[in-house]
Amino acid sequence: MSKKVLVLGEVREGVIRNVSYEAIGAAKQIADGGEIVGLLLGDNVANLTQNLIAFGADRVVTVEHPHLKSYTSDGYSQAILAVCEQEKPEAIVFGHTSLGKDLSPKVSSRLKSGLISDVTDIEGSGDSTLFIRPIYSGKAFEKVKINEGIVFITIRPNNIAPLARDDHRTGSVSSLSVDITNLRTIIKEVVRKTTEGVDLSEAKVVIAGGRGVKSSEGFKPLQDLANLLGGAVGASRGACDADYCDYSLQIGQTGKVVTPDLYIAAGISGAIQHLAGMSNSKIIVAINKDPEANIFKVADYGIVGDLFEVIPLMIEEITSLKVGS
Amino acid sequence: MNIYVLVKRTFDTEEKIVISGGNIQEDGAEFVINPYDEYAIEEAIQVRDAKGGKVTVVTISGEDAEKQLRTALAMGADEAVLINTEDDLDELDQSTAAFILAEYLKDKEADLILAGNVAIDGGTGQIGPRVADLLDINYVTTITDLEIDGTDVKIVRDIEGDSEIIETKLPLLVTAQQGLNEPRYPSLPGIMKAKKKPLEELELDDLEIDAGDLKLKVKTVEVYLPPQKNAGRILKGDIGDQVKELVQLLHSEAKVI
Ligand SMILES: Cc1cc2nc3c(=O)[nH]c(=O)nc-3n(C[C@H](O)[C@H](O)[C@H](O)COP(=O)(O)OP(=O)(O)OC[C@H]3O[C@@H](n4cnc5c(N)ncnc54)[C@H](O)[C@@H]3O)c2cc1C
Ligand SMILES: Cc1cc2nc3c(=O)[nH]c(=O)nc-3n(C[C@H](O)[C@H](O)[C@H](O)COP(=O)(O)OP(=O)(O)OC[C@H]3O[C@@H](n4cnc5c(N)ncnc54)[C@H](O)[C@@H]3O)c2cc1C
Repeated sequence: MSKKVLVLGEVREGVIRNVSYEAIGAAKQIADGGEIVGLLLGDNVANLTQNLIAFGADRVVTVEHPHLKSYTSDGYSQAILAVCEQEKPEAIVFGHTSLGKDLSPKVSSRLKSGLISDVTDIEGSGDSTLFIRPIYSGKAFEKVKINEGIVFITIRPNNIAPLARDDHRTGSVSSLSVDITNLRTIIKEVVRKTTEGVDLSEAKVVIAGGRGVKSSEGFKPLQDLANLLGGAVGASRGACDADYCDYSLQIGQTGKVVTPDLYIAAGISGAIQHLAGMSNSKIIVAINKDPEANIFKVADYGIVGDLFEVIPLMIEEITSLKVGS
Repeated sequence: MNIYVLVKRTFDTEEKIVISGGNIQEDGAEFVINPYDEYAIEEAIQVRDAKGGKVTVVTISGEDAEKQLRTALAMGADEAVLINTEDDLDELDQSTAAFILAEYLKDKEADLILAGNVAIDGGTGQIGPRVADLLDINYVTTITDLEIDGTDVKIVRDIEGDSEIIETKLPLLVTAQQGLNEPRYPSLPGIMKAKKKPLEELELDDLEIDAGDLKLKVKTVEVYLPPQKNAGRILKGDIGDQVKELVQLLHSEAKVI
């Protein structure tokens, strides 16, 4: 049976995050012909609605309120529950982002529903949809279904394809007014540590450095390569512990989980806790002086050599490839 | 302060995963306290040492989790509770696990509840926020700093690498992120003392929960290992040629640049 699906469009710094478009892609499959309703929350989001429609939403609902300017679980859950009350969705999709992870269990608890977190793939559609998610830090996968109640999932960025953007698509937009009260969390300040530009968890290309990078200046060639490929720089905990870079760059079991199309590990030994954050990347390249390094076991391509020699050569080679094409 | 820590027994991170008969093979595997829960335990101990009170660690698990609870007691927790569901339940999902924990906690008048932000095996991160919602208290996830002054709480929360400075109040549930503290190792005297600390074992009956009422909302239909990756290609020759070959492969074969 077809399903009506609600998709949360996550807005960050005035822009809808990519994962929300991927969420519409996921919703299409679950919907099996049913209607897809996009949802935008904030203090000023009305100007963004067409983006969700261009990526496949049939309709968009907005809730605007000064208390929704910054995310809080209290504020957002009140708004979403009011929208659910009105729309009665049979499925809900969020991104498995910081916001999605914090909010989805509360909304699910309120709706008395199950929740399948961190979905990386979907099989089937409608009532027989199965959801695939990594367990044991990516060392195994499980296929899960909803046993009872509405279908509620969060999807991992970079795994489910969005539909192609089509600016000719049209859809209606409505706003719902919700009284947002009793916020128990007050956000005093947000300290930005992440670099401008490409978001690490959503990047298609990640250039990661480890202790082998040897200093914070050592990250410069990695950043140059990342810029050239439109990617982001990441790091091992070894590099973070040594203070070569900020912990916000850490990839692994206790850092970020990334699944880019291309992951280049430079001067990283490949400890199991590091692999937990990147082993599901599509293509992995390892650059390491030590031919025995564990990272070569998960790499698709490996170069045994000095990263300070290899990375600048790569930059040269890719630059000439780009000029040539 | 009346402090509770939710603790999960998980596979040791170094452990290789083997599947037999459709299930993850547990025999012979090493188990540990979920690494994020170690931060939660450490923080609870520090808060208690500064403000006074009692730290109770709670887990839903089988008999075998006594080992992890004793470790938590050896670190410095005061009491432990094992909610043993072995005889009553074959399966548990996040909504039922959270329900059981909340039923246990509902009349405990906890000031502060700590959990890990995610379990490295199940990996949903749902339990903390779900328990808080069922208890109708506020929660803050992935925290890296906690300051308590009376009932006022100041928190630094990690949001994908950025930090949010938050103010809220007790009672509260928080989930621990790496960076919150450096969990201590149990000392030898700590290990000796832990043997005599109270460890209460409860079953669903004791919590007046009818196992028949616990309906799973989600169900695992299959568990499998990721496809074995073919051995990667280690390039050969002069470094300059290797880089040329690599860039060509990434461009024409892998099509990622
Ligand atoms: C509970 C727990 C959680 C953890 N979580 C994480 C996590 O989330 N993420 C994480 O990454 N780690 C994590 N770790 C740490 C992990 O075990 C490793 O210690 C860490 O990943 C090592 O970092 P590294 O590879 O940069 O350093 P090292 O292991 O020291 O490796 C450095 C590598 O660089 C190579 N090298 C040196 N110079 C050069 C050069 N000029 N050119 C090329 N190669 C060079 C060396 O051959 C070596 O292989 C965790 C550990 C524990 C116990
Ligand atoms: C008898 C039994 C059968 C089970 N069967 C299944 C099964 O078939 N399928 C399946 O997926 N899982 C099963 N589990 C595991 C159970 O589903 C999980 O304990 C629970 O759902 C937590 O989910 P999670 O791993 O995503 O934790 P997360 O939400 O990621 O954990 C976050 C934090 O919550 C706390 N927490 C999590 N679990 C517990 C716990 N058990 N006790 C105390 N605190 C906790 C910890 O602080 C943890 O750091 C079973 C467990 C038991 C005891």
